[in-house]
Amino acid sequence: MIGLGHYLAVGAILFVLGVFGIFLNRKNVIVILMAIELILLSVNINLVAFSAFLGDMAGQVFAMFVLTVAAAEAAIGLAILVIYFRNRGTIAVDDINQMKG
Amino acid sequence: MIQILVFYLFATLVIASGVMTIASRNPVHSVLWLILAFFNAAGLFLLIGAEFLAFLLIIVYVGAVAVLFLFVVMMLDVDFATLRAGMSAYWFPGVLLALAILAELFFGIIAWNAGGIALDGRAAPAAAEASNIEALGRLLYTRYLLIFEAAGLILLVAMVGAIVLTRRRRSDVRPQNVSAQVRRRPQDAVVNMRPGVGQGVEL
Repeated sequence: MIGLGHYLAVGAILFVLGVFGIFLNRKNVIVILMAIELILLSVNINLVAFSAFLGDMAGQVFAMFVLTVAAAEAAIGLAILVIYFRNRGTIAVDDINQMKG
Repeated sequence: MIQILVFYLFATLVIASGVMTIASRNPVHSVLWLILAFFNAAGLFLLIGAEFLAFLLIIVYVGAVAVLFLFVVMMLDVDFATLRAGMSAYWFPGVLLALAILAELFFGIIAWNAGGIALDGRAAPAAAEASNIEALGRLLYTRYLLIFEAAGLILLVAMVGAIVLTRRRRSDVRPQNVSAQVRRRPQDAVVNMRPGVGQGVEL
């Protein structure tokens, strides 16, 4: 029978894939944003799995808020990306050094 | 039995499409694999009984966020070949970090399965008679109302921010100035005259 552990394993693997994707695509901001979406998806899978197996609806409410914030983050991130590309003509992460941070 | 089969189908596909999302050479393909990952995650949610979140995932993510990604990827005229060139430089520390995090997460799951951690207190016990969407709605509009409205505010701020950030003020075109049009009065624009015969009008 499928238990909580199975869902947690899927969430863990997906989370690690997202983290690894940030390392793998260190030059392409768009793929980094997609990797962040993968991480948030894995967090949602964990929240929903716990919510279902513990019989507690608060987990699904929280997953909904994670979804909301992820959507807002994607919109703002892509807007910043678009104006950055318009100003500099590149989206390579290595070239984003205007603030000398 | 069918539940186990469907779970493994969805789990395998979500992980495979996650791999393809971060590994494919073309960002457009990445977005399409991401959409497949969202679909399969929605299937997992359906399987576990969270119907509302499953449909929310498809409507919000596939319908809005993924299409937004697709638009941006296709709109930006980026030379993706050069972006991929230095890709392999960081793969080794990346693999190390990923394996470390994976090991930690599985230690956590093993500890959870061993029963060392007790999660007894239920914040909001699921009502047996209510459907998933009804239970979620009852919670959202009573107990979590304030957070729900704050989430709406976040979306509003994100929308305004995205519009303000990407709006371009061009100097070579003359856009419609609505407030100037509304402000204009007849006495600014119309002059009544009665010129005599043979006399011109001086404007």
